[in-house]
Amino acid sequence: MLDSFALILIANGLLVGMMYALIALGFVLVYKATEAFNFAQGEFVMTGGFIAAAAATVLPFWVATLLSIAGLVAFCFGLERVVLRPLLGRPIIAVIMATIGVASLLRGVVVLLFGSGTRALTMPIQQAPIFVGPVMLPPIDIVGAIVSLLFFGIFTWLFLHTRMGLAMRAVADNQQIASAMGIDVRRYFALAWAMTGVVSALGGVIWGALLGVDNQLAVVGLKVFPVVILGGFESVAGAIIGGLVVGVVESLSAGYIDPLVGGGTKDFMPYVLMIAVLMVRPYGIFGKAPVQRV
Amino acid sequence: MIYRESGTFKTSYAADMALYPLPLSRWTLAGIFLVLLVALPLLASPYMLTVCDLILVAVVGAIGLNILTGFAGQISIGQGGFMAVGAYTAAKLATVWNMPFWLAIPAGGLMTALVGVFVGIPSLRIKGLYLAIATLASQFIIEWVINHVTWISGGIQATVQMPPPRVFGIAIQSQLQFYFFLLAFAVIATVAGKNFARSRLGRACVAVRDRDIAAEIIGIDIFRTKLIAFAISSFIVGVAGALYSYYLGIANYEQFGLDVSIDYLAMIIIGGLGSVTGSILGAAFITLLPVVTRRGLAAIGPMFAGFDIDGVLPEVRLCLFGGLIILFLVAEPEGLDRLWRNMRTYFRTWPFSY
Repeated sequence: MLDSFALILIANGLLVGMMYALIALGFVLVYKATEAFNFAQGEFVMTGGFIAAAAATVLPFWVATLLSIAGLVAFCFGLERVVLRPLLGRPIIAVIMATIGVASLLRGVVVLLFGSGTRALTMPIQQAPIFVGPVMLPPIDIVGAIVSLLFFGIFTWLFLHTRMGLAMRAVADNQQIASAMGIDVRRYFALAWAMTGVVSALGGVIWGALLGVDNQLAVVGLKVFPVVILGGFESVAGAIIGGLVVGVVESLSAGYIDPLVGGGTKDFMPYVLMIAVLMVRPYGIFGKAPVQRV
Repeated sequence: MIYRESGTFKTSYAADMALYPLPLSRWTLAGIFLVLLVALPLLASPYMLTVCDLILVAVVGAIGLNILTGFAGQISIGQGGFMAVGAYTAAKLATVWNMPFWLAIPAGGLMTALVGVFVGIPSLRIKGLYLAIATLASQFIIEWVINHVTWISGGIQATVQMPPPRVFGIAIQSQLQFYFFLLAFAVIATVAGKNFARSRLGRACVAVRDRDIAAEIIGIDIFRTKLIAFAISSFIVGVAGALYSYYLGIANYEQFGLDVSIDYLAMIIIGGLGSVTGSILGAAFITLLPVVTRRGLAAIGPMFAGFDIDGVLPEVRLCLFGGLIILFLVAEPEGLDRLWRNMRTYFRTWPFSY
């Protein structure tokens, strides 16, 4: 029998999970198309948050959000061209380290530009929590969950029903054949990075509104790894499921296990869960085991 | 080594694999030792000796990581966690059982090797990115366990005081004493690494890294090779962790966070993957980076009014760190080791470079 405490934890976990899923989506989009593993996802989110927060001091909130999206898309285009394109076909560790380098660079540059103090980013919405029965839901979380559902809808539609989506799926499936069919692979790589830019900027705005914008925002990126491992790196649906599972596990362990061991399980349980899943299904719940040839 | 041979006279594989291809290389090595043992301790200021000590610890750790990531191709983002295991094991043994350092440090290494093998078990089924994330998880789990199991961490600060190591009854405490103490370990690690690279096991690791299925077909037991690589690498990394905590005088989990893992990865990337010389160069490079950054900022600081060095130093360091990693990956993927070899090749035929 679920009591109201558990219900609150689960409901909040689901909402937070949807917001994790939004960031994880950025990750999956890039991995699916370019097989690059983006360790800088958290820093992208942080940068998006900082741009929006800085712009929101003089501009309306929605304009600031658009500006943040534009800024990150431009950055991602540049990043793909300057850093990741030369690394095509190199070992995985090269791409991992390059994105770690980008992460470090962003942490430095963003703080140098915007200062290290925490900035407030307020969404022009009702601040008082909404009650559904015994469950209290913060409106920011609800907006976050709705935005991420919306974008999952948009991307699913793009992938399934447009020519561009078809081309991107072809590139993700086999670069050489796609290229032989007349698809400009590099163009779609850039496009995938741009999509990540959009999603990360939105993630930055939502998480920034939730937590306040400072360099700790990048820590959200570390939550993405369990999410994408649970779901499988190349599965968009897996990102949602993984996000929801991680959100709920985190919320429940914060509610039930933290009092027993003295805190900190929130950040650690998703990784334990992730290891457990890796032992049973090495390529995640929705991932495909790659076929290998000599 | 710096020399110009007059031709290729090798007639056997043994000659090709020799550590000292020419008598001259022995002399060069002797020269390097003379500098390290006599000149440097005599000439260096205490501050420079501190930096040298940190470099020596980093050399041991970087060689350990390079065996796993550079030679065997198994990406590990759990370096900090592994070092913490070695550090806390040695600290516990040294404080609870009063173990001397020459038992506590290898024990720390062995414990880390055990943990490393356990983390390496999934590498049978997963590889590449998934394994990288699994080692990242081990980093978080080790940090959490050390922080929350009070028996290990010894209470609220998670800090264990270390007694100074005693060599022949002398307590090692000053920077100079630590310099010689750490130099011994760095030399052992270097020789071990060089010999690992030319052993059957080392070559098996390289084969597994380059194409694992092909390696299996020519008769290499992939799983066994990977696990041994995890064990050897973790052992050396654990020793590095134990050395670092002896050097600091405390074992503290905050010294072994995720940023340490990333620093070490940067060392082997910038130094050169799969190269012992590269590990040494990379360790020196990354350890010197904040020192040089500080000096550089102090030099250009006065040009701007109201310039606060301490305020921007961490960020400038992060920018340089990230920028250099990217630069090396894009421009010179084989790292400093390759640059060094290019330089040697150039001067080998200079001035007749055709």
